[in-house]
Amino acid sequence: MNSSDKIIKVENLVKKFGDFAANDNISFSVEKGEIFGFLGPNGAGKTTAIKILSGLLRPTSGNIEVAGYDVYNESESIKQNIGYMSQKFSLYSDLTIYENIRFYGGIYGLSKQEINDGAEYYLQKLKLEKNRNKLVGELPLGWRQKLAFAIAILHKPHIVFLDEPTSGVDPVTRRQFWEMIYEAAEQGITPFVTTHYMDEAEYCERVSIMVDGRIEALGTPSELKERFSAQDINEVFLKIAGQKNEYSSD
Amino acid sequence: MNLFKQLIKKEFYHIIRDPRTLLIIFILPIIQILLFGYVITNEIKDTNVAIYDKSYDNVTRKIKSRIFASEYFKYKGTVHNSQEIEERFRKGDIKEVIVFEENFAEKLQREKQADIQLIVDASDPNTGKIISNSTRAILKKYIKDINQQVHLPYTIQTIPAMLFNPELKGAFMFVPGVMALLLTLISALMTSISLTREKEMGTMEMLLVSPFRAGHIIAGKVVTYVILSMINAGGILLLANLVFDLPVNGSLVILLLECLLFVTTALSLGILISTVTDSQMKAMMMSTVGLMMPTMLLSGFIFPIDNMPFTIQLITNIVPARWFITIIKNIMFKGTGIQYFWKETIILLIMTTAFISLSIHNFKDRLE
Repeated sequence: MNSSDKIIKVENLVKKFGDFAANDNISFSVEKGEIFGFLGPNGAGKTTAIKILSGLLRPTSGNIEVAGYDVYNESESIKQNIGYMSQKFSLYSDLTIYENIRFYGGIYGLSKQEINDGAEYYLQKLKLEKNRNKLVGELPLGWRQKLAFAIAILHKPHIVFLDEPTSGVDPVTRRQFWEMIYEAAEQGITPFVTTHYMDEAEYCERVSIMVDGRIEALGTPSELKERFSAQDINEVFLKIAGQKNEYSSD
Repeated sequence: MNLFKQLIKKEFYHIIRDPRTLLIIFILPIIQILLFGYVITNEIKDTNVAIYDKSYDNVTRKIKSRIFASEYFKYKGTVHNSQEIEERFRKGDIKEVIVFEENFAEKLQREKQADIQLIVDASDPNTGKIISNSTRAILKKYIKDINQQVHLPYTIQTIPAMLFNPELKGAFMFVPGVMALLLTLISALMTSISLTREKEMGTMEMLLVSPFRAGHIIAGKVVTYVILSMINAGGILLLANLVFDLPVNGSLVILLLECLLFVTTALSLGILISTVTDSQMKAMMMSTVGLMMPTMLLSGFIFPIDNMPFTIQLITNIVPARWFITIIKNIMFKGTGIQYFWKETIILLIMTTAFISLSIHNFKDRLE
């Protein structure tokens, strides 16, 4: 495999907060266009890793390249090439749907034309054309999450980081959400997804399972099931996490 | 540039779609101005008084020693002409000048009547009134004492003159204070809440992962709230002028520039607050307890600083509103130029620089 196909390269990443290592020497890579699942219980260090990859936090040590740029020196170039959807809902609920699209499009430097085209495309796709002037705060959670995703990829980034995008969303909307993720991957955007829904792990092409700041397993879902002789990823997960009962698959 | 316009537009959307914010920004100032028309009484102590004695005889000497024997007044030298009186008042180191007319004792002896003029700094109308009343009370007592020894009663007539505020309008005193209070409220409180709201909502993270620089985000807020605060400052002045006939004796341009400086100081405090907390609730507590209360109580707005215990007086030095109020009182009432308040202006500049550097330092720390 040619190393230039790797859109994210992480070698020996360490992130310490005081004495506590949130990321304890982790290494992995993600190929272009691959749907990569980043799994782990709450507090395993997933969000910390995502924040480092997207330039919100500086790593303590390690070699990290995102979209071909170094996180230490080229974070501005990285920011231009990634999309991000945080764990918290992150649109302005007192702005309308269209105002949110225009604002976020604007901060990524899109032209008026690009913003309008993108807005039309996604409003139609999400069946929100009639509600374009509705405040985002009035939308149900599922719609908001789909809109947030559309806005995160509006500027056609190389990678989109999705931090627990489907938590709290109903199964039908989750399904639709994953369809959007597949479509984005087809358009050449690499989705990097964290989740704690183990059934969603099956939708990913490759998953890593993180426990206590370390990556304990990495591979395709079927490889992992075979290696741990498990029925599904949920079982793999429980075997790895062992006695850690904090994990809940709600 | 277009991007910046978008950012400010967004800030205005936030403001006009939130009724509470609108209320604070546009209705509260009007209520405050009208409400504070009726002010709190002040007590005087150790008021600095200068003497202009045209007579220098044993009666004026006795009266002077009576006056300075009381705890209300403190001797601050003699002046020798009316020009000097004006100068001392402008400098602000005295609150009252007592003028004895020529041949005071002789006149009192011969005509049974002599005049004393009391010139009082009344830019603080309550204090001014109390000062002149206390002086007159001491003089009355003196006359009563000497009249017990003579058959025909003597009278000493006092002629009070209220400088800077001849009609003793209460509005004059509270307008600078209310301005300081409202500008702090809008600039510091609203900015810190608006920034922490973005943190709470998670939108701050979205802005930080975008190619947009953190400085731009803050600049967008700053420009928005500077515009709002300045509209407010103008509105307060206009309202005070229409309702209470408040004059601006000094330069309006300098007055507005000083307002701009104070707004910037308060804004930088608001940003500083938002760098140390992530929650709107805490930002609000810090702004109200940490900023609004000192602005009300320790700025000389309601309680005269001269009457405070020494340690509290020291603390008032770090309250930006204290310096701002001194500056605008000078401009509005005394009509003085920058040479009389450049020191206060520099203090505000230093404070602003310090708050901004501290905010940048805190902000960088968070990324580590």
